[in-house]
Amino acid sequence: MAPPAAPAPRLALTGIRKAYPGVLANDDVALTVEEGEIHALLGENGAGKSTLVKIIYGVLAPDEGEIRWAGRPVRIASPNAARQLGIGMVFQHFSLFEALSVLENVALGMDGEKNWQALAGRIVEVSRAYGLPLDPTREVHELSVGERQRIEIVRCLLQAPKLLIMDEPTSVLTPQEVDRLFLTLRQLASEGVSILYISHKLHEIKALCDAATIMRGGKVVAHCDPKVETARSMATLMVGSNFAAPEKPAKRLKRAPRFQVNALDLESSEAFGTSLKEVSFEVRAGEIFGIAGVAGNGQTELLAALSGERPVEAEAIIIDGNRAGALGPRARRGLGLAYIPEERNGHAAIPDLTLAENALLSAFDRRALLTNGVIRFARASAFAEEVIERFSVKATGPDARASSLSGGNLQKFVVGREILQAPNVLIAAQPTWGVDAGAAAAIHQALLDLATHGVAVLVVSQDLDELLVLTDRMAVINGGRLSRPLVTGEATLEEIGLLMGGLHDLPDDIPAVETAAVNQHVQAL
Amino acid sequence: MDGTVALLAAVIVASTPLLFAAIGELVAERSGVLNLGVEGMMLAGAVTGFAVTLTTGSHLVGIGSAAVAGAAMALVFAVLTLSLMANQVATGLALTIFGVGLSALVGSSFVGTPLPRLPRLDIPGLSDLPVVGPLLFRHDVLVYGAVALTLAVAWFLAKTRGGMILRAVGENHEAAHGLGYNVIHIRYLAVLFGGLCAGLGGAFLSIAYTPMWIEQMTAGRGWIALALVVFAAWRPLRVLVGAYLFGGVTILQLHAQGLGLFAVPSQVMSMLPYIATIIVLVVISIGPWKARLQAPACLGRPFLPTN
Amino acid sequence: MVRLEPRAEISPVMRWLTPPLAVILTIIAGAILFLAMGYDPARSLRAFFIAPLSSAYGLAELGVKATPLILIATGLAVGFRAGVWNIGAEGQLTLGALAGGYVGLLFWGQAGWFILPLMMIAGVLGGMAWAAIPAFLKAKFDVNEILVSLMLTYVGLLLLSALIYGPLRSPEGFGFPESRMFSPSAQLPNLIAGTRLHLGAVITGVIVLIVWFLMSRTLFGFQVTVIGQAPAAARFAGFSRSRMIWISLMMGGGLSGLAGLFEVTGPIGQIVPTISPGYGFTAIIVAFLGRLHPLGCVLAGLLVALSYLGGENAQITVGMPQAVTGVFQGMLLFFLLAADVLVRYRLRVGKPAPALIPTRGGR
Repeated sequence: MAPPAAPAPRLALTGIRKAYPGVLANDDVALTVEEGEIHALLGENGAGKSTLVKIIYGVLAPDEGEIRWAGRPVRIASPNAARQLGIGMVFQHFSLFEALSVLENVALGMDGEKNWQALAGRIVEVSRAYGLPLDPTREVHELSVGERQRIEIVRCLLQAPKLLIMDEPTSVLTPQEVDRLFLTLRQLASEGVSILYISHKLHEIKALCDAATIMRGGKVVAHCDPKVETARSMATLMVGSNFAAPEKPAKRLKRAPRFQVNALDLESSEAFGTSLKEVSFEVRAGEIFGIAGVAGNGQTELLAALSGERPVEAEAIIIDGNRAGALGPRARRGLGLAYIPEERNGHAAIPDLTLAENALLSAFDRRALLTNGVIRFARASAFAEEVIERFSVKATGPDARASSLSGGNLQKFVVGREILQAPNVLIAAQPTWGVDAGAAAAIHQALLDLATHGVAVLVVSQDLDELLVLTDRMAVINGGRLSRPLVTGEATLEEIGLLMGGLHDLPDDIPAVETAAVNQHVQAL
Repeated sequence: MDGTVALLAAVIVASTPLLFAAIGELVAERSGVLNLGVEGMMLAGAVTGFAVTLTTGSHLVGIGSAAVAGAAMALVFAVLTLSLMANQVATGLALTIFGVGLSALVGSSFVGTPLPRLPRLDIPGLSDLPVVGPLLFRHDVLVYGAVALTLAVAWFLAKTRGGMILRAVGENHEAAHGLGYNVIHIRYLAVLFGGLCAGLGGAFLSIAYTPMWIEQMTAGRGWIALALVVFAAWRPLRVLVGAYLFGGVTILQLHAQGLGLFAVPSQVMSMLPYIATIIVLVVISIGPWKARLQAPACLGRPFLPTN
Repeated sequence: MVRLEPRAEISPVMRWLTPPLAVILTIIAGAILFLAMGYDPARSLRAFFIAPLSSAYGLAELGVKATPLILIATGLAVGFRAGVWNIGAEGQLTLGALAGGYVGLLFWGQAGWFILPLMMIAGVLGGMAWAAIPAFLKAKFDVNEILVSLMLTYVGLLLLSALIYGPLRSPEGFGFPESRMFSPSAQLPNLIAGTRLHLGAVITGVIVLIVWFLMSRTLFGFQVTVIGQAPAAARFAGFSRSRMIWISLMMGGGLSGLAGLFEVTGPIGQIVPTISPGYGFTAIIVAFLGRLHPLGCVLAGLLVALSYLGGENAQITVGMPQAVTGVFQGMLLFFLLAADVLVRYRLRVGKPAPALIPTRGGR
């Protein structure tokens, strides 16, 4: 006689394997999520979390392995099939349509929804019930990042999911928005919804989750209870080995400003961009200055202006005492400015070109790689070789194409290329975005060393943890305005969070949605 | 008075091939595909429409064949760009070059052959109304068809679920794919529709507007249609307005040439539609409403589905 | 089921292998086309591809036809690499022929070594002037250069027509729409007696070498590549896009204008209503077939020139409509674009659903 069986888990994966050319993204992965459980899937970038989640959501098909849904073996052939089972997913990069309304965005995710009038009503109803204020008539491009995420969540909730997958949901939220989201998720779990919560942020997982599965290099390395584990023990499991935390000099001398921005105004060139309004700050020699903020608050425009990609008024930007605002990137490099853009592929480097050619991209003047406009290929190659060696870039050599490098190695190459040009001022945007922990540590150390040598360093990042580790002072950008600078270490997380959220908290209730407006909108559809 | 009405009616007729071509291209572009081969597809439609009408004696069969020919050309484009990931700009140019050559080859034996004009289809009752009758209700079936098609596209894009999905695919193909929509299939359909419409526009030229076959008889209308889509900021009803505007320019310069109003060579007057196109392109690129900012976000971007 | 799988790196072997592959496919498709049209495929192909090359005169004619194609394609290729789509070369060619030809007519009946160089300069400037309109509008207002340059081609051809039926018409020409024949000093000397191969071919060769050096050895060539492949990286490096728009359109326009001048002052000898059988459009095919590389354009130009000769010969010997040339050229470009899928992708057959894109976080 079999003992009375416990109810089958809502989702059980066993032996999942998924190979890409050259990479085993998932290797014999097992995962079990119970009813009403908030289950963390924890791992570094590249650990295989995203692949696994795509398999669960039917975006990818596994090469091998079994998926059981409420005890029954299933094949999830498409996202549609996943939704029919009751699986909903909120992507890290939202799958929203900027030029469409909230209602249309939701309707697109609902198969066979005919009555849009009723749907608009249900959106308002669900968003109210779960504390996710949302106006169905607004177009997505008008909304904040937090509001956009609500669309995704509401879109899932309208289908009464049994399993909700959240992929790095807090990476774009202010601390206050994170608290709010956690309330919603706990409410859902208490109603029996299972939640698969993907993150690499340990304190969040300790605060929110009931169970955790930790992945590394495509394999599951541990199942554990995050309430019991310490953040340190989980970190060790996640990273695998201990990386030296970057050393931050205790106290730096206050020196003269090397990089000044004065009342910078800039109209966005993008259809849905954010214009800059009177941005002012200065970075001193030997200082690392941070700019925090949720993506889309004017960072793109600010970086374009600071790097010279979009010239502004001459007085707005001063490099080492020279009025540089009206200069282009090449002339600013002449004054000692170096820039590490956020996007490696196609901005900081060109995937189809070799490392030697990519070295040429920004270093042709400062490293004298030209004679009368003719390229000195041997020198470019030697410079690339130097970057590869000094920054431990894993590459076959200067003739390797940039696309053949891993994200972390290409980023090290880009950082090294800029640093070896001996800049006076360095601007780095999201310098460790999507790179492995080893490369991130090396990059952080390089930036700190640079500051020690008297370079003024500016780091623009969405990653608060990164800024807290690196910077001496930081300011927050919101809606194209920059806050007053705070001394890192003196400011509280809450203070920074409030600045990121635009100095005011979120509204407590749904904005009053005029029924007439909804009607009108529905008719316009 | 009668002269004015006749002139305006002529404008409506002259705008018809542009309207067909532009509304088809608009649908393709709203799905995210830039097909620069409109001129080639129109020529394929024109020569097919002419040849089939001549051999079968049926205008309707000719019109239907022209639509199929335009769609067949579009299919070549779709296979290359959507399945084989070829560059859309280069493939569109290739389609035009190929269309010019193919239509010249097929049409070489038809040059100089006359064809009965597509008959007028007066709408009973309405065609006898004063002013409105001769202006709007004494045209051939393709003139009505172009306007009806434009209204239908406007309705489809704005009011139907299919239209919403089409717009979504052109706006963010990754997201649409993520929601389970088959981006490639939807784009195939949109491109084929574009070809079908271009074929009809070509057929109008060769069996109704000037019922004969002349090499390259589209004379750049396919390219003007592309400009019209930008001018219309990808809105169907604005395409209607734009097509009438260009039809107006064409008729005015023909009229001025006929009357010898200006002491300039006729060739200079014939330049007007092309110069007007350039001026329109400039105007919509400056000004407070930059039309191109309203382009579908994925326009011209290739999509390779994962999975 | 055949699937595409992106290669980690573009395949250099395939890059140079696909053009010959496209040629072979075009010949096969051509044979099928001939068969469908009721001609003997073997005889037609021979008439099309082999017969024209079996005499010294035929080879010289190949050079005559290839010269404008190579010259224009070399200029266009620079622009296409930079992502500037000048497709109005036919109009720029026409304006070059008009401007240079006009200078030649000014010196009608006179002799002097300076006349021909002056005509060449005027030809280049004429083509540049016509290309300056899309360049200005693109650089200043971001107006689509494809449409503007193309519209200007129609305007240019109408302008030629207006002038040749008007002020440029020869007073001694019995009312025919033709200009006077250029004086000997205004005509390009022939290289080989008894053929039409002219000095322009040599000048074209020199220009190709210069462009090749610029593109492969200088910062300018690097800028072209970067601006075309990664506009954001070009902004990062500080390479000016509007400067590149100007330079590439001036190169394309200038070389097209020179090609037009070579036509009127070489093989034709006067200004006529139809100066080119579509060289400006066909050169687009040549540029792609030559992999946007100056030396590649030479090979591709010779090959495509053969399609003109073949069309003419097939008309004479087999009675085939000459329009078949255009079909061949279109098919050639189609097959090239289709074959190019092999440069960036691997074909995978059968195996279900290999993943195509690395994980989301793997950026």
